This record gives sequence, C-alpha cells and structure tokens, in this order.
Amino acid sequence: MAKRVFVIGAGATKVGEHWDKSLRDLAVEALLAAVKDAGVDKREIKALYVGNMMSGELQGQEHLGALVATWAGMAGVAAFKVEAACASGGAALHQAYLAAASGLYDCVAVVGVEKMTDALPNDVTSALLTAEDQEYVVFTGATFVGLNALVYRMYLTKYGVKQEDVARFAVHCHKMAVNNPYAQFRREVTLEEVMSSPLIADPIRLLECAPVGDGAAALVLCNEDFLRRNPRDVLVEVTGSAVATDILSVHERRDPLVMEGFRKAAEVAMKRAGIEAKDVDVLEVHDAFTVLGVLTLEALGYAPPGRGWQLVAEGGLEPGGEIPTNTMGGLKARGHPVGGTGIYQVFDIVKQLRGEAGPNQVEGAEVGLAQNLGGVAGTVAVHVLRRVR
Amino acid sequence: MVWAESAPRVWREKVKKYRLLGGKCPSCGSLVYPHRQVCPYCGHEGLQPVELPRRGRIVSYTAIRHPPSDFVGKEPYVVAIVELDGGARVLAQLTDAKPEEVKEGLEVEAVFRKYREQSPNGIIEYGIKFRPAQ
Repeated sequence: MAKRVFVIGAGATKVGEHWDKSLRDLAVEALLAAVKDAGVDKREIKALYVGNMMSGELQGQEHLGALVATWAGMAGVAAFKVEAACASGGAALHQAYLAAASGLYDCVAVVGVEKMTDALPNDVTSALLTAEDQEYVVFTGATFVGLNALVYRMYLTKYGVKQEDVARFAVHCHKMAVNNPYAQFRREVTLEEVMSSPLIADPIRLLECAPVGDGAAALVLCNEDFLRRNPRDVLVEVTGSAVATDILSVHERRDPLVMEGFRKAAEVAMKRAGIEAKDVDVLEVHDAFTVLGVLTLEALGYAPPGRGWQLVAEGGLEPGGEIPTNTMGGLKARGHPVGGTGIYQVFDIVKQLRGEAGPNQVEGAEVGLAQNLGGVAGTVAVHVLRRVR
Repeated sequence: MVWAESAPRVWREKVKKYRLLGGKCPSCGSLVYPHRQVCPYCGHEGLQPVELPRRGRIVSYTAIRHPPSDFVGKEPYVVAIVELDGGARVLAQLTDAKPEEVKEGLEVEAVFRKYREQSPNGIIEYGIKFRPAQ
C-alpha cells in the first residue's frame, strides 16, 4: 500500500536571463529555498531528483545528481538526473513521489532546472530538438515550433477557428504574470501585439511561444511516516502522480489533434486522487504554444472540441472564472526554463493551495492539477494536489 | 551543429531514406514510414518492408523561419506532413514551391534532394523531398 505523500517545502528562483548565475547556482538556490521553506535539516533528505533536459548540450555538463548534491552540501544523498524533454521536471517529481510513497525514503527533494541563455538561439533550437526523432524528423529541418505549427494549422482548419481566438491565450498568461514576482515577463501584451509579432513557423508567431529563460524550482516531499515525527499545520498532499507517453512524432499519430498521452496521464492521476476534472480549482497547463493551452482545456472537458478559445475570451481562466488556469503566468509569461517547468507549475499550485498567491489568489482553492508535456506531448506528467487541513 | 554526425548512420539509413521504404503491419494493416520491426499502433512484431507510393497530398505544413543551427541560411523552407497514396504519413521538406503557394490538400510527388551538409569535411546528406505534382 502506497504511503501518503505531502509537499512540505517549495522554493524557486525568478525566471529570466540570469547572466550572473550558472546552472548549479540556480539549482542550489531553489533547492535551499525549498529546504528552508520546509523547515527541515537538509541531512534528513534521503534522495534528490534533478529534472533537466539540456545540460549536456548547453553546458557540456551531465551527472547533475552528484553535482547539485555537492554544491548544496548534501553529498551522500541518493541523487540522479531525470530527463524527459520538457517534461523532465514532472518526470523527476513522479520519481520523487514514488520514492516517498514506497516508504524507502521518507523525505526527498526534487529540483527542476534549465540554463538556456548561455547558448545562441539557433543552438538552443537544435538542443531542444534532441527531444525529437533525430533520424526522420530533425533530419527534415523541422523545429519544435514548426511541429506545433503543423498541429495548430490542423486545429484551425478542422474547427474553423480564427487564430486570434487561440492567440488570446498568450494575452491571458501575460495578464496573470504581472502579479507574479517569479515571472520572466511581468507585463501585459495586447492581442494586436501578439498577432503582429514576427512569424516563427507559420502560423505560430513569436508572442505565441514560451520564451527562452533560466530558472530552477524545487520541492521537498515527505511521506506520512515523516509527518508523524514532524507535524505541521498547512499541508499540501500529492494525491495523484502519473506519467504517460504517446507515439513520439505527431505525424505518426492516428489523429495529431488528440493528446492521447495527456488523456491517459490525466485519467490515471485523477483516478488515484479520486477526483474529476470539475473538482479542479486551479489548473496549470503546458502552454509552450498557445494552441497547446487550448487543446488541453478541451481534452479535460472544460470545453467541447474546437471551443476552448471561448473560455479564454470570456475570462474563464482568471481567478474567479470557470477554471482558473495558469494563474501565475504559465509557460508563456512566468517562463519556461525547460527542465524547471514541471516543478514551477507545482510550485505555483502550492502557492495557491496555501493561500499565498497574492493578488491572483483563487479563493478557497482546494485542488490543483498540473500538466507537463515533453516534446509535442510525447511524454506527459500530471500531478494532482490537494490542500489538507 | 549536427547532432547525429556519423558516417555509419547515413550509410545505415540510405535504403529507408532514398527509397521511401515503409513497413506494413500484417496484424492491423497499418502502413508506417520508415520501415521498422515493431508496429507502433498494435505492437505486432514483424512488419513487412514495402516501397511506398511516391505521390500523396499535404495534410499540414509550416514555413520554418527560425531554423536549427545546421539549417541556418536555408530559411524560409516548408516542412509538411504528406499523406502518401495508401495512407502512410511522412514528414518532409517541400521543394520547388514558395511558402505562399502551399496549401492543405496540395498534390505532391517525391523527388531526391540534398538536405544538409554535416560540416566542411563531412557527409552531404540526401533524402526525399516533395514538390507540387507535375
């Protein structure tokens, strides 16, 4: 029988262009912030999982488990890197969850980190493409923006939706990020600005894409055994944790518009948590591109296929709306330091469930769900969290 | 920066890439490109190699305007999902057409073209691109 698992500490760096900080600086800063927030001695942490995608390509640095453990003064801890493209953070959290739930380790930590601004933009594009099939997809000169653009065009055509309606997702995220001190872009953008920004891969425009940035976020988890010895008042429980895959490349999927991996991961995580989509109070979706945000809303049933954009247009994603989504800015405006993203999402949900989300607080938020995608949803990590009194 | 810079790799893939060699699943009937041992849809082991039709139509397309490092200087170029006659889907570049001339449903045919040069001393990689059907 799996043990109950709780988030007892959360920490993060601001997302941004941290010219003065290295990959290890960012990871250590977030990790120690999470440990401090948890109020535990870091020597009580028995395992450390580092979510990261591109350190090998961008820093020439692997072996992040021992590296981060050493620089955080935790050498000796069981530690290794977990990689699943942009879902590296969510996959690392899944590992941390399994470790604590198993009872083998009663207190563990996870840190998601990416340092992207050391490399030139075309080299970042190439490094991101290591998540795709090198031999038959990357070979064609396709980029990740391009692969999402193929899906986007199919979506617009199939449902007769206007691009402006999907692009509005970016406007929503920027509006939310204004009140998030950790966000990369704390300013609003207009729909006109989004639609007149340069084309990156038709039809996707620059301001429909999550930015390149540096950042790290960390969580300390413990199980019920640890909690009995170290009781505390405010608690967030990880009630569901699931990872699923889909056929890697979109052109090979039966229907590129169906996020099968997401459907599976969400189904498993929600079943374990004993909830349905309608029970979710705060939602974090992986809006690396606007169309992914809209597709997710539809896949979870918040809107019929082809109608997810209406929720955005009607303010349904804002605190107090039908399904408050990306309330701290999402990938688009909080930022998307790739391996960090899955942890930032849960960090943002933990803030909401603890009532620490500031002006964007969702009143009475009890249940949160985070969806973290790797590749074009080739890997999907879903986490369900609940406030426990 | 070419990530898969390797002479043995180019040699190993030559039949699949130069001849559009796909696989047919005897169990579920699916056609996939490239050929492989295991059906990605039903898990059946033992796909049969089959040379795929060289004509098809565009399912979706994009114009790459910010390329990866090994395609810098070639932009903009069109990458499309092409559904070949018979149903196999291939991701490939389009050639002999400007981005504004491409549309969904466009009939295309396979041609043999250069894709990239690995490095000044490296291999020049060729493969199938598609052009508007003539």
